[in-house]
Amino acid sequence: MHTRPGAGDGPRPLTGEDPVMTTPTSTEAAVAPAATSSTARRPRRSRREGHRAAYGMVAPAAILLLMFLVVPVLLAFGLSFTNARLISPNPPRFVGLDNFIRAFTGDPTFVRSLINTFLFAIVVVPVQAGLGLVLALLVNQKLKGTTFFRIVYFIPVVTSIVVVSILWRFMYQPDGIINSFIDSITFGAWESIAWLNNPSTALPAIIVMSIWQAVGFHMIIWLSGLQTIPEELYEAARMDGADAWQQFKNVTWPGLRPTMIFILVTITIAALGLFVQIDVMTQGGPVDSTTTLVYHAVRRGYREQQTGYGSAISLIFFVLVLIIAMVQRYLTRDKD
Amino acid sequence: MKRTGQALAAMAVVTALALSACGRAGESDGTTAADGPTEVTLWTHSAGNPAELEVYTQIMEDFNASQDDYEVVSESFPQGAYNDAIVAAATSGDLPCLLDMDGPIVPNWAWAGYIQPLGISSDITDELLPTAVGIWDDEVYSAGYWDAALAMFARQSVLEANDIRIPTVDDPWTKDEFDSALRTLKAAGYDTPLDIGAEDSGEWWPYAYSPLLQSFGGDLIDRSTYLTADGALNGPEAVAWGEWFQGLFTEGLASNTGTIGNEEFNRDEVALSYTGVWNALGSLDAVGDDLVILPPPDLGQGPKIGGGSWQWGISSSCSGAALDGARAYLEFSFDPEYVAAFADKQIVIPATEEGTALSEYFSEGGVLQPFTELTQFAVLRPETPAYAVISTTFETAAMDIMNGADVQETLDQAVKDIDADIANNDGYGF
Repeated sequence: MHTRPGAGDGPRPLTGEDPVMTTPTSTEAAVAPAATSSTARRPRRSRREGHRAAYGMVAPAAILLLMFLVVPVLLAFGLSFTNARLISPNPPRFVGLDNFIRAFTGDPTFVRSLINTFLFAIVVVPVQAGLGLVLALLVNQKLKGTTFFRIVYFIPVVTSIVVVSILWRFMYQPDGIINSFIDSITFGAWESIAWLNNPSTALPAIIVMSIWQAVGFHMIIWLSGLQTIPEELYEAARMDGADAWQQFKNVTWPGLRPTMIFILVTITIAALGLFVQIDVMTQGGPVDSTTTLVYHAVRRGYREQQTGYGSAISLIFFVLVLIIAMVQRYLTRDKD
Repeated sequence: MKRTGQALAAMAVVTALALSACGRAGESDGTTAADGPTEVTLWTHSAGNPAELEVYTQIMEDFNASQDDYEVVSESFPQGAYNDAIVAAATSGDLPCLLDMDGPIVPNWAWAGYIQPLGISSDITDELLPTAVGIWDDEVYSAGYWDAALAMFARQSVLEANDIRIPTVDDPWTKDEFDSALRTLKAAGYDTPLDIGAEDSGEWWPYAYSPLLQSFGGDLIDRSTYLTADGALNGPEAVAWGEWFQGLFTEGLASNTGTIGNEEFNRDEVALSYTGVWNALGSLDAVGDDLVILPPPDLGQGPKIGGGSWQWGISSSCSGAALDGARAYLEFSFDPEYVAAFADKQIVIPATEEGTALSEYFSEGGVLQPFTELTQFAVLRPETPAYAVISTTFETAAMDIMNGADVQETLDQAVKDIDADIANNDGYGF
């Protein structure tokens, strides 16, 4: 290629570097300690070369994140202080905190959504994590046929949540499989109920279905955590005379700590973002008993075209999730 | 060099993706080829409806063959995704020339500037059923080949066996008659005698149940100002409607579950079915001569049914030769034969008298002729851009009432939601 003049004080060309020159070895630097500034700068230049390549590698992800995450978040932040509409001939107008005031004082469905979202998360996070752990312990036994059970528990996870929701909607009907099942095990004493049409059973019904659908995923994560715990620790524990419970408490559980933190954070975020099940099964009803923050934001912001107000709800949701994630991070921090 | 090359390649791929996305959105319509006919683009919502699509295909073929100046090119979408496609296309300035739309959304799109005044001969639009024409700001923005209608389906034998009077258009059931008929039928062994269609969701709710509200004397919005729903949607008449509607479910006269469509009636699991003309042929097959098509009950202010179905408009981005072509196509398509073809294939009420005369089912003596008499009861859903919000708000409120919520409280909240939206839009220009 070309050789650049010795004192590289001028601006560096961005391309056209000789590949051989850009990768000086340490020996090269060692044998020529008294070299001119040109050679002394070589390692730095190669570092910059490396940076450039790194930026290039990061670019696809960075551009996509910027376009589809950062820009929308900033837009939502700005729009939430306006009366922007999805469809309108009039330009959006700045309305200050009106949208936020409306959410907390003039929109009981929003408050209801807030409560439902947290109810859902408070039940789903511990139950789904706990059940996942129990299943993981069960399928971690060294017995024949555990692979079969692992697959069975994992099937709902790879099934589309929309399909699962539609099927469960049928199952929850008064003449659906769930009512007939309870009916037959209680010998006909059961009065069948329309689970999803009753304000007091709709949210629990969705909670049960959601846990069933997602528990397999967290079982797999727990399982991977379990398999990282070295067998020697169990052997040592057994030699000390530890029973199964003591082994779990003193070996398994501490060994699962990083897995536990990961599972806690992912389930919480997934639970707070509850949307598809609601959209397919109940549309927020009956009597707002299953409406959630994300569903409400979509309904107000998109279906009712109130972009500004929908953005305000999304912003509130964003701040809440951020606070919860930070609290979790603080509580599960490494205390050392 | 190698690494830089890779990085550049990666960036190039991303840029290409982004650009191609923009490029697709920017494809323009109505372009004139250097030679040959002007292309007129057309979108319909009827991808999932082969009967309807068949007629459109026929009209387009006939139109394209009838002259050399224009060529209509169509694209059809499933109904569920259609409105989203239009809104997305409008936002990116990519609307086709011709598009169809559900009647109640017309004022919203006209106000938003998506569509322009239709500009076809008033000889055509004057002939149409008033509910098949979309008007905003005293201008005609859309026109349709048909309208739909709701009715009560019943079996004559069942009504006679239970000594229930068979109502007519001139003498419909009163509220008391209707209520006692339902109780009689329940006593006669029907678990839930009326299939009111409550298992459905979406636009069906305001379409089917706001006419009942109007028959009580309430409404979705105060139509004298279009600025508030206060008094119309939460006044004493509306509350009376809500309590009556709730009562249907709590007393077990209607069910809030079941299958969408008219199967329960066809299988004789319910005695009465409040449903649309589009289910009539299926019920006729199942029930035969025993089927009677009755007007909905008079709940105080006369029977009412919802009016306004799918109609055609021209987007505001359509101009020049393509605009002329779009108008020529629409004028061509309102031929009575096509109107009759839509009516008979889709089972909807033809929008013109000439079309009705040519129809197999709806002409004088046709089996579905009773429906044409029902169009006199049709009430349009409020012609305001606020309708998008009114529609979902009413749906939620009516569902809550069905599920046992306090009627006055629910309706007051619905009024608050609608009024907040209208205020947020500075009255939508009213």
